[in-house]
This record gives sequence, C-alpha cells and structure tokens, in this order.
Amino acid sequence: MMFRIEQRTEPSASMRVGAPLIAILLTLITSSIMFGLLGHNPFVTLYAFFIEPLTSINGISEWLLKASPLILIGCGLAIGFRANVWNIGAEGQLIMGAIAAGGVGLFYPDPESLLLLPMMIVAGMLGGMAWAAIPAFLRARMSTNEILVTLMLTYVATLFLSLLVHGPWRDPDGFNYPQTALLPNAAMFEPFDYAYRLNTSIVITVIAVIAMWIFTERSFFGYKMSVGGAAPLAARYAGFKESGSIWIGLLISGGAAGIAGMMEVAGPLGQLSAEISPGYGFAAIIVAFIGRLHAIGIVLGGLFLSLLYLGGESVQLTLGLPAAVALIFQGILLFFLLASDFLIFYRIRRVERHVARSAA
Amino acid sequence: MDLFIAIFTGTVIAATPLIFAALGELVVEKSGVLNLGIEGMMLVGAAVGVWASFAGLPMPIAILSAVLGGALVSLLFAVLALTFLTNQYAAGLALAIFGTGVSAFIGRGFGSTPIEALKPLDIPVLSDIPLIGPLLFNYDALVYLSFVLFGLITWFLYRTKAGLVLRTIGESPDAAHAIGYPVIKIRYLAVLFGGAMAGLGGAYLSLVYTPLWVENMTAGKGWISLALVVFATWRPFRVLLGAWLFGGMTILQLQAQAIGIAWPSEVLSSLPYIATIVVLVIISRNRQMLALNFPTSLAKPFRPVG
Repeated sequence: MMFRIEQRTEPSASMRVGAPLIAILLTLITSSIMFGLLGHNPFVTLYAFFIEPLTSINGISEWLLKASPLILIGCGLAIGFRANVWNIGAEGQLIMGAIAAGGVGLFYPDPESLLLLPMMIVAGMLGGMAWAAIPAFLRARMSTNEILVTLMLTYVATLFLSLLVHGPWRDPDGFNYPQTALLPNAAMFEPFDYAYRLNTSIVITVIAVIAMWIFTERSFFGYKMSVGGAAPLAARYAGFKESGSIWIGLLISGGAAGIAGMMEVAGPLGQLSAEISPGYGFAAIIVAFIGRLHAIGIVLGGLFLSLLYLGGESVQLTLGLPAAVALIFQGILLFFLLASDFLIFYRIRRVERHVARSAA
Repeated sequence: MDLFIAIFTGTVIAATPLIFAALGELVVEKSGVLNLGIEGMMLVGAAVGVWASFAGLPMPIAILSAVLGGALVSLLFAVLALTFLTNQYAAGLALAIFGTGVSAFIGRGFGSTPIEALKPLDIPVLSDIPLIGPLLFNYDALVYLSFVLFGLITWFLYRTKAGLVLRTIGESPDAAHAIGYPVIKIRYLAVLFGGAMAGLGGAYLSLVYTPLWVENMTAGKGWISLALVVFATWRPFRVLLGAWLFGGMTILQLQAQAIGIAWPSEVLSSLPYIATIVVLVIISRNRQMLALNFPTSLAKPFRPVG
C-alpha cells in the first residue's frame, strides 16, 4: 500500500479552518506523550495545563490578561505578514513602547493628571512605531531584509532597557534592584475587580481587533497590501506601491507592540524592570499564523497561546521545569500548523499496487 | 603588546562559533534552502554538549553528541521545508523557537556549574616562538578544526563534482531534477550538515568559550551567523572575514576598559548587533553584487514534477 501526494485543484476551504484545529490536537497529543515520558500522568498534566486554569475566576482573569497583548500584537503583525513584511522584532518594539510609556508615567510633572494614561498610550504607540520605523526605512530605501534588522534591534532594545533600569532610571528606594519606581495610580489601568489582575486595557485590544478586521476585510489599502503579499508582480502592475505596504506593515505592528508593552507596564507590572515580557512579541507571531492572519482566528489563537503560557507557568511550579519550556510547545504547535497547512494544498491518496495477473 | 595578543586571540576565539554556524548555513543556502533556525540548533548543540560533559562523557564524545543534537533538530525543519513544502521562513522560525525551548529543558538543573573546558593545544615547537607562537599556535583543537572545515567546504563546493551538483540545485532545481539528480535528498543532506555545524558552533560556546550552561547563551549568535552568510555574499572566505569582524566587536566589550573606552557595558554589548545591521545595509545597497551571488532558488519550495 503506497501513498501518493497529489496537488489539489484548488485549496481546500475546509482544511483552512481544519488545519489549525488538527495542529492544536496534535500538539496536545505530543505534549501528553512528553509528559508521560517525564514520568507524569499525561491526563493529569494536560488537565492541569489546559483545563484547570479556566476553572476559577482568577484563572480566567489571568487567561484574558495574557491573551490581550498576544491578540493585539498578533493583529498588528498579521497586517504586515499579509503583505510579506516580516516583523520578527515585535518583542523589541514592545520594549521600546514600554520604555516610552514608562518614561512618561514616571517623569511627567503632574502624577495625578487625568491625561497621564492617554499620554502613555500614545507614547507607547510612538515608541514602538519609532523602533519599527528603522527596519521600515532600511527595507523601503535600502532593500535590507527586515527579518534580521528587526531581530538585531530586539537585542539592542533589551540591552537599552537593562541600561535604564540598572542606571539612570533605577528606583533610589528600591534596594538596588534593577527596576524603576512604581508608577503613580493615575498612570495605571484600573482592574475590573481589585481581587484580580484583569484591567480595562482589554478594551484597547477589542478596539484593535475590530479595527484590524475593518482594515483587512473592508479597506482598499488593506486589500492593496494583501495583493502585494500574495502576488507581488500583479500588485506592481496594478500600481500598488511596495514601499507603502512596508511602512504601514511595520509601523502598525510596531505601534501595536508598543501599546502592548505599555499595557504590561501600566497593568500587571506597574513598573519597568529588566524583564517585562515573557516573549509576547515572538508568541504573537505564532498567534498570527495560527489565526490564519484573520481577526477572528487571531483572537482564538491568542486565547489558545495564552493557555499555553498559563500551563507553562503551572508546569514550572509543579514539575520544576524552566519557563522556557513553554517555547517547546509553541514550537511544536507551529511545526504541526505548518505541516497541517500542507493538507490545504495537497491530498494524500492511497494507491493500491497493481499486480499483474498472469495466466496460470 | 600583550593587549594586542589578547585582542587578536580573543577575536579568533570569538569568531570560531560563528564560523562553524555560518559555514554550515552557507552550504544549506547554496543548495537553495533557507534555514532561519540556526539559533535554535546552536542552543541545542550547546545544551547537549553540557549535558554530555556532566554525564561524564569525554570531550570528543561530548562534542560529537552536540553535533548529532544539532543535526537531529534540523531534521524537523528539513521534513517541513522539503517534504511538506512549507514556507521556509516560518519553519525556520519554528525551529528557532523550539530549539530554544528544548535547550532550556536539557540544560535545566545545570545551573551555572562550570565544566572542564577544552584546553588549548600545546604544539611542541611552534607554540613557543616569541611573537607568532601565542598569536597563531596556542588555540584549542576546535579553532584549527574551523579552518580545516573552511578549506574542506571551499574545496567541496568549488572543486568537486558533488559541490557543483549542490550549487546547481541551488541555482535551478528544475534543471538539476531534469538531469536526474535527487534534489530533495541532496537538500536533506545539506540541511543536516548545516544542523551539525550549528551544533558544533553551539558546543564551542558551551564547552570552550564559556564552559557552562546559561539559558539562551548564544545571545543571537545564530542570527548573526545568518547575517554573516548574506554579508559574505555566499562565499566562504568572506564568511571568515565577517566572523572576525564580529568576533572583534565581541572582544571589544571585554577589552574596552584596557583600551580606555569607558562606555557602559550594555552599549558595548549592543555593538555586535548594531554592526550586523550596518553591514547588512551596506551589502544590501549593492543589489547587483547580491543578485550575482544569490542562489536563485533560495527559499523557494521545490516540488519534483515528472
């Protein structure tokens, strides 16, 4: 019995939705096998990983709290990915946005001002955009590959943050810890219920998702960008400028990442420190992919990846594994997603070997 | 003079892991495949090397294990990119993320316990020559191996038929396939070789350069190696030049005080990354030179027809 790979006459619509689901299922199966090999009951661990976090209100609050930046950044990144603009440095843009917003929050002369929070949002957005403008310029004007530039800038941003919190911005009353002073109350998002951490910043994410949907599904510029990514020659023939897509793709994703950074600082963190993101900028890339670069998919993808993060944290506590283990699951998810995508364009057919019947 | 020797030897040593990883990726890209997952493969190599060392295995076996580890994870990328014909950028990214996680898992529990590092070789007469000795003949075996590999890879690519076939596959897989060469199989071998070299580079970091395990200890060297291949316009000797340039940048932050530069350590640490961006920009401006040397089928999925 042999298998033959056949190209489908047209991409399968059902598999477009099915592939992410297959990928999630395979990831769950592989994770349970891995836990089994580590000597833990796979079902118990899977339950602890994926179901238990959702059984308490605190769990749901944390789930949404983590999903919010992932979805926000994912929406921004997807706009760029559709146009073949590969912003891999969202993490760096998140950091720069956080620094900009944190700076405004810490050093604005009136710490009770009602304008503080809105100014911080704008500052965060501009900080992320400014950091993304560098690769945008380099790609649009100097044809430099944005994958490497955005990545390198992420390392630079991390070092810059470290410089600030170890030096000029360090809290003088902070016992020499590399962190800034706490932000004033007016500079923080208000939690819905003070017992939990979920706060009003989630509204920003909701607005972002709606805006992204409108941009990609209903706006002409969004259409131009998608064509530019899917069929660059056709786009050029139609007069759609590549440089426009590059700038918009990078600035929007950079701005989204910057706002997400601001949301972290003005929300659960309350201050700047050397580590402000558990890799949201990179996880958002996976969110964008698993969401098929569509707004609704990204929301679902963000919710799933948030579960992976929560599960990773609980596994850290119960099994003593390092936090980076969550990356294994993210990587596996992306592997399976890419492999499942194969089924959209190709079909696996079983071929029976024909045995010649000879006359007896 | 001591300072000059320190900077010179430090540069060579710092460049060595980059040379391994970048030469490996050069071969991969020459065959038409773009593997972005070097960072993940290097980290796996580093972690496996540390694990093997703590498991009591002798140094050569530890290095070999690291090489095998790098090759093994590269297989995941190979299956996705070559058999499933996925987007190679995404598959490489997945490998980078996965490899980082796996390395953290392997390295858990090793803390920052130092390892018995690979010692520099003491070559009988040559090491003792007054000036040249310390400059050229006091390195560990892997440094010399990097130059041997450079020679072998250059010879393989440009002086053997097999190398010609590989380069042809990189330029026009359809033509190579029509002649009858097994394009996918050769690309698999190239990717595995790249993974092995990345593993070797990672092993150098964790077994010689800073002989211990730290999460994410490559700190972007995998990505820098990727930039190196572009910077070198896919030519092996220029990979060496680029690696020395970045090695020099890395050493600068260690020797800055001695030279009299008083910048904060974070600024010095960011120099290699900024330098990477600068060289990328310089190279990319010259689109003609890039276009001349660029393997034409790079990152395009190949599906054998007929």
